[in-house]
Amino acid sequence: MEEQAKKLRVGWFNFTCSEDNTIVLTEMLNDYWQEWKKKIDFRYFRILKTNNVMEQMDVAFIEGAITSDIQSEKLKTIRDLSTKLVAVGSCAVTGMPSSQRNNFDEKTTEEIQFILDRFGYLPKVQKVSDVVKVDAEVPGCPMDPNKFLEILNQNLKEFGIN
Amino acid sequence: MHQADFDLNLDKITKVEGSAGLEIRVKDNKVEHVHFKISEFKRFYTQAIRGKPVVAVPQLLSRICGTCSNAHIMCSIEAAEKALGIKPSEKTLLMRILTMYSLMIRDHALHLYLFVLPDIFNKDSFLELDEKDEAQHQLLHDAFDIKAAGNYLSTIIAGRSVHGPYPTVGGFTHFPEKQEIEEAIKKLESIRPGVLRLIEIFKNSPFHFDRRTKFMGLVGDRFDFLRGAIISSTGDMIPEEKFGEHLERVVIPYSQASGYEFEGESYMVGALARINLAKDRLHSETKKSAEEALSMFPSTDMFNNNLAQAIEILHCLDDSLDILKNNSFDAEEIIKFDVKQGIGVGVIEAPRGTLYHKLEVNDKGIVEKGEVIIPTGQNQINIEKDIGHLVDELIPETSEDKIVFEIEKLIRAYDPCMSCASHFLKVDWKK
Repeated sequence: MEEQAKKLRVGWFNFTCSEDNTIVLTEMLNDYWQEWKKKIDFRYFRILKTNNVMEQMDVAFIEGAITSDIQSEKLKTIRDLSTKLVAVGSCAVTGMPSSQRNNFDEKTTEEIQFILDRFGYLPKVQKVSDVVKVDAEVPGCPMDPNKFLEILNQNLKEFGIN
Repeated sequence: MHQADFDLNLDKITKVEGSAGLEIRVKDNKVEHVHFKISEFKRFYTQAIRGKPVVAVPQLLSRICGTCSNAHIMCSIEAAEKALGIKPSEKTLLMRILTMYSLMIRDHALHLYLFVLPDIFNKDSFLELDEKDEAQHQLLHDAFDIKAAGNYLSTIIAGRSVHGPYPTVGGFTHFPEKQEIEEAIKKLESIRPGVLRLIEIFKNSPFHFDRRTKFMGLVGDRFDFLRGAIISSTGDMIPEEKFGEHLERVVIPYSQASGYEFEGESYMVGALARINLAKDRLHSETKKSAEEALSMFPSTDMFNNNLAQAIEILHCLDDSLDILKNNSFDAEEIIKFDVKQGIGVGVIEAPRGTLYHKLEVNDKGIVEKGEVIIPTGQNQINIEKDIGHLVDELIPETSEDKIVFEIEKLIRAYDPCMSCASHFLKVDWKK
């Protein structure tokens, strides 16, 4: 029986952001869908599929900043399950613009405090590397597609995917 | 007879934009309550724009949402220009219309192919469509060719399909080259048969959910998503700058986004509303090619929101071709203006419905206050009510898995955008 070609096990995760990087990825699919279908096994990709699994993956791509303890714990779980973790887009890499409330004056913070309390927001929004070790970054708002390709291809090579 | 008595909590809806959850309580075969919780964490844009120069605000508000970003830019620019008393040129207006058309083509195609079609073909993901099956193979290629054509048009006109950098207050910073226009025309013409195939699929969709509601939208002489007055299916007509005054914000304590009512009544915005209200204003070629599909409107079937989006893709394609073939896009200077104190309202039709931006600017051109009302926030109350009616129809005979599937399908038909709405679905069954 023919052995199935090895694929890169990938998770794509969204935290606090506009999901612009996800949209850029769906546009990159226009050109790369046939190649990526053969080489990538999307184990977790909520915008693309319903049956997502949280289990060992080769590369986890993280979009968005971290706004709550729940998000922080989920990110740590993802880190534990992934060999490599890549922060994608400005919110994940720098925190901004999702972390803009970190720079609000006292009056504005008081104005929004009831929402922060009601939904369990962290006192300050964090970037991904504030919470877990990050192996690579794709900066940009939205992410730079060329840089994303470079990192993806590096990982395909590193994990021996032809 | 089997008795339905359960709590259902759905944590993350899949194949929608953003994050939402759902909690339903069923007791003695009746739905007691439905809580549709937009769980996307807020990023506080309406606070963040205070103190910023008005010309910088459209690019900041663009970051509310990745997929409707260019709609936010258009709406914010309109609000800024109204506040400053700037009248855009004809060329600027045509390029803004193309910005909207390219957005609709790309974003509706994303929704219809990647989010909805898997439900019709009973697949977990669009990429699982069978390349050995001729029809499915065609759909795979159609999806990515249509999205690519929309993406290309966005790129040459707005600079990018996500957070386009070229549109600005007073005009555009960059203009397309002649060969780029020719390439856009070629791409749009090549995808037309694929769009007709898409319309056929949704015309014959096996999914139906009838819901009588008030439909509302911005309607003008041209179906261009940018100009007109707010009209409703019950005869209301309001100038766009007064739209916000007729809306009541409904705080939903379990959701990170607010809901809205129009004079005490819930209502629906989006493609279904637009086609119901103004199908006569579609491009003549669209009306000819989609005549049979258009005869199904006005419609109260929520799943016809999908068909309405497919028809809008065709209209955007047809009208884009007209604009591209019959106009020149030579460079034009941005309108120079003096900053002044003012209040401006922008209202446009984003892919998912009516979008409202209001800016209050001081005499130094600095924003003092802003307000944004999002389409999904306006649909939130209807979404919740519909889920309740749907579950009422399904219990007690339907299995839990099937109930969840039917709910997700219905939510997808609305095409909600949770990133926008929070300035889905994790299900938890409790018995």
